[in-house]
Amino acid sequence: MTLPLTAPPLINGLLPEISLLLLAGLVLLADLVARPRQTAGPRRRGLGYLTAGGLAAALIAVFVLGRPGEPTLLFGGMLRFDTASFAFAVVFLFAAAVTALLSVDVEGVGDRGEYYFLLLVATIGLCLMAAAADLILLYLAIETASIALYVLAGFLKRDDKSTESGLKYFLFGALTSAVMLYGFSLLFGATGQTNLYLLADQVRRGSASLLFVGGAAVLVFVGFAFKISAVPFHFWTPDVYEGAPTPATGFISTASKVAGFAVLLRFLLAFASPTSDTWLVVLTAMAVATMTLGNLLALVQTNIKRLLAYSSIAHAGYALIGVVTLSLFGTASTVFYLVAYVVTNLAAFAVVILFARSAGSDRIADYAGLSRRSPGLALALLVALLSLAGMPPLAGFVGKFYVFAAAVNSGLTWLAFIGVINAIIGLYYYMTVLKVVYLHRSPDEDKPIAVGLPYTIALGTCVGFILLIGVASAPWLERALAVAASLY
Amino acid sequence: MSFPILSVIVFTPMAAGLLLLLMPARRHGLIRGVALAAALIALSLSVYAFIAYDQSLGGYQFQEQASWIPQLGISYHIGVDGMSLPLVLLTGIVMLTGVLVSWGVDDRPREFFAFLFILATGVFGVFVALDLFVLLFFYEIAVFPMFLLIAIWGWQVTREYAAMKLTLYLFIGSVVALVGVLAMYFTSGLGTFDMLRMEQAGFSTAFQRLWFPFVFFGFAVLGGIFPFHNWSPDGHVAAPTAVSMFHAGVLMKLGAFAALRVGIMLLPEGAKFWAPLILGLALVNVVYGSLIASVQTDFKYVIGFSSVSHMGLVMLGFATLNQDGLTGAGLQMFSHGVMTALFFAVVGIVYDRAHTREIAKLGGFSRVMPLVAVAFVIGGLVSMGMPGFSGFVAEFPIFLGLWQVQPIVAVIAALGIVITAGYILRVVGKVFYGDMPAEFAGHIGAIRTQDRVALVVLAGLLVLIGLQPWVMAPMIASGAQAVLRVVGGG
Repeated sequence: MTLPLTAPPLINGLLPEISLLLLAGLVLLADLVARPRQTAGPRRRGLGYLTAGGLAAALIAVFVLGRPGEPTLLFGGMLRFDTASFAFAVVFLFAAAVTALLSVDVEGVGDRGEYYFLLLVATIGLCLMAAAADLILLYLAIETASIALYVLAGFLKRDDKSTESGLKYFLFGALTSAVMLYGFSLLFGATGQTNLYLLADQVRRGSASLLFVGGAAVLVFVGFAFKISAVPFHFWTPDVYEGAPTPATGFISTASKVAGFAVLLRFLLAFASPTSDTWLVVLTAMAVATMTLGNLLALVQTNIKRLLAYSSIAHAGYALIGVVTLSLFGTASTVFYLVAYVVTNLAAFAVVILFARSAGSDRIADYAGLSRRSPGLALALLVALLSLAGMPPLAGFVGKFYVFAAAVNSGLTWLAFIGVINAIIGLYYYMTVLKVVYLHRSPDEDKPIAVGLPYTIALGTCVGFILLIGVASAPWLERALAVAASLY
Repeated sequence: MSFPILSVIVFTPMAAGLLLLLMPARRHGLIRGVALAAALIALSLSVYAFIAYDQSLGGYQFQEQASWIPQLGISYHIGVDGMSLPLVLLTGIVMLTGVLVSWGVDDRPREFFAFLFILATGVFGVFVALDLFVLLFFYEIAVFPMFLLIAIWGWQVTREYAAMKLTLYLFIGSVVALVGVLAMYFTSGLGTFDMLRMEQAGFSTAFQRLWFPFVFFGFAVLGGIFPFHNWSPDGHVAAPTAVSMFHAGVLMKLGAFAALRVGIMLLPEGAKFWAPLILGLALVNVVYGSLIASVQTDFKYVIGFSSVSHMGLVMLGFATLNQDGLTGAGLQMFSHGVMTALFFAVVGIVYDRAHTREIAKLGGFSRVMPLVAVAFVIGGLVSMGMPGFSGFVAEFPIFLGLWQVQPIVAVIAALGIVITAGYILRVVGKVFYGDMPAEFAGHIGAIRTQDRVALVVLAGLLVLIGLQPWVMAPMIASGAQAVLRVVGGG
């Protein structure tokens, strides 16, 4: 593989990161300027609107100016500007924008400039993760994203659970990233390269022992598995999700997880077939364990955030099915699945945030009577949970369909069956939530739940996308295929 | 391009459902009006399609095709033939009568009709689908709303349990079938989900024998085949009246139809291999279902198990794989759909007024609601296969077909009919005749006009098909021929 180290379309390739950095500065500045005149009312929502609006503008700019052509390496091979990095950046910008909108009215979070700043910094890290083509930059990107996310998880200083969440996230994260870094160093030692593609080239030419590289890569996978919360590196997930401010949870469960997959896919596909056989066994076992354990543990949850945490573990397992096929279609199916998952999960968390703000609870039992208190909100939750369960005409159905199709296509019919059994378990616990929402009565039925404008926008957008992706999936699949193709 | 009549039929309920969700929740009258209008549109278009279908041409008509997910060879391809068109009509009829008997739903009627209509779209979609992905897509849409409809508006005592059980059974069935469908898609190598093209895929015999059970039984769960029938009586009983009508009247046909269309027509060699097993299981359905029905003390459970028994006859007809049997099965699907919708409507009307379904506590209702009694008796006669009613027209060919394959099965199945006569007569005698318990005297409210219309429509159809089978039989026979052309043999 030759490296096209031509004069780089630097600005275009870095557009997401540049605009995020500018926006982060702007948010800090706005926070500083507006702070003395701190009054109730407009100021409270201003920062959130600024962040979300800025992200939307960045999204448009990236769409107009930042489209990739042929895959190009930037900064001497540090970054790879291709359809994958572009598409993942779009997903991250979208998720961050929705998260910003969902944060505006949340107590202790919504009016804090540093909160939005950290959100933007984390997004920069995620974008760099998806584009990184060099071990060193990859590590830096992961740390940039992670450290910002640790702080976001523990942002509510006076809340013990939030503090615990941040600390737990940090401890697990630090440990796994140390293991991953060790794996990186072994890879470098074996090949003398830090660039992913050169490194893979060396391995392919047989200049390093396959066993050694395979072992080193397993260490690296520890770090990735932590990011996507795959079993057995999932232990942090429920506690962190439960304790973190809910908008941050939504962001961690979507954007951060997708970034983990982006890195995993890029890494795995760069090496392609010769070395991958042993890893595939590991990854396949991981996929099976992840979806099964996630779904089984979700069955007994009584807290909606913990339920969604385990469900998000299970979804990482489904998405891994597409990864282990290693086929073009399989990769595309994973990418498609992730996009469907992001919009769906954000919608689910939006409802959780709104409910917690009005009812002050995350207990599933307290959702009783929601369909009478707020039929629209109940319907949004219905759509989100059914999409997670994989029901048509919603995005989740098509996503699962593609992933299972990819498995059958690659001769992994048994894996598709395991996925299918898991989908049944999943349907059960999503239905138990819906049962509470639609069936159980509550004395609070005459207290409607207030839904502010930013929440209407965010929720409407997500639900719209859930339906759109589910019904008109062809263009999305087309893009997912393009992303997959650019990773090979 | 001509008027896309099938698409309009399929999406009218969905559009109406979404429209309903946008309307103010308290305007009950308006909500019912919109629901009725949508049902009328869907029904009249179904009737039009039924009449306009050119039987001399046969085959799939009113076809529409549009690219949907071209990367996987998925297209929105729909059309109807002699087998599916009567079922579309049936759905239209049950939808309209379902709206009529639900006129009295007072708890959140907006959501009730919206979910019911989304369900109806799923059902229509499956019947007209000519693409496997389209079929699965609509199949799942048809399954889920049932959960909410039963869980929210169902019978308080068992609704949570029944709704969950039903949904899980059906979802398991459909996802198992989904894997089978994926295996067919990738093995065929044609790169298309189009069923008409997949019929020519020429799967190896071994492949067909391996995958047929997954696909056939995956769908047949919804058809109530033994031993996967367990969800159905519980579901029927727990559901509110209109949903029971939909459920037993249409949804079970959905399972049977999909099992025929995907299982038997795409994997014919598998069907021939597994036919004896299906015969055996369906026979259990017929006999066991009717035996269980005859010992029930709950009026609605009697009807629930009678559905299990009658769906067994449909499956028997399928398993004969000959012209008579398939024609009979097609007719039985329609006849049973109308009949059971009628039964559940009657049960609902009686229950709404008596507030009990214990057969022992009921009695003498023919005096206060003669029309209801007459309707139920007509349904009962259909159920027993009495000549002059649609049940005879449907069951006679099934037995003819069975006789050609396995005379002994026909003999035993006939036993089921005898038992059916027994329990139907018991119910008729106990509920509608005899003395009315004192507690009911003078307390039984009048029957709504909407209910009367629904009963007359349903009962009238049963008599019409019974006396004038030509309105439907030749069409279904042409559909059966089409199946045999694909399956081979006869």
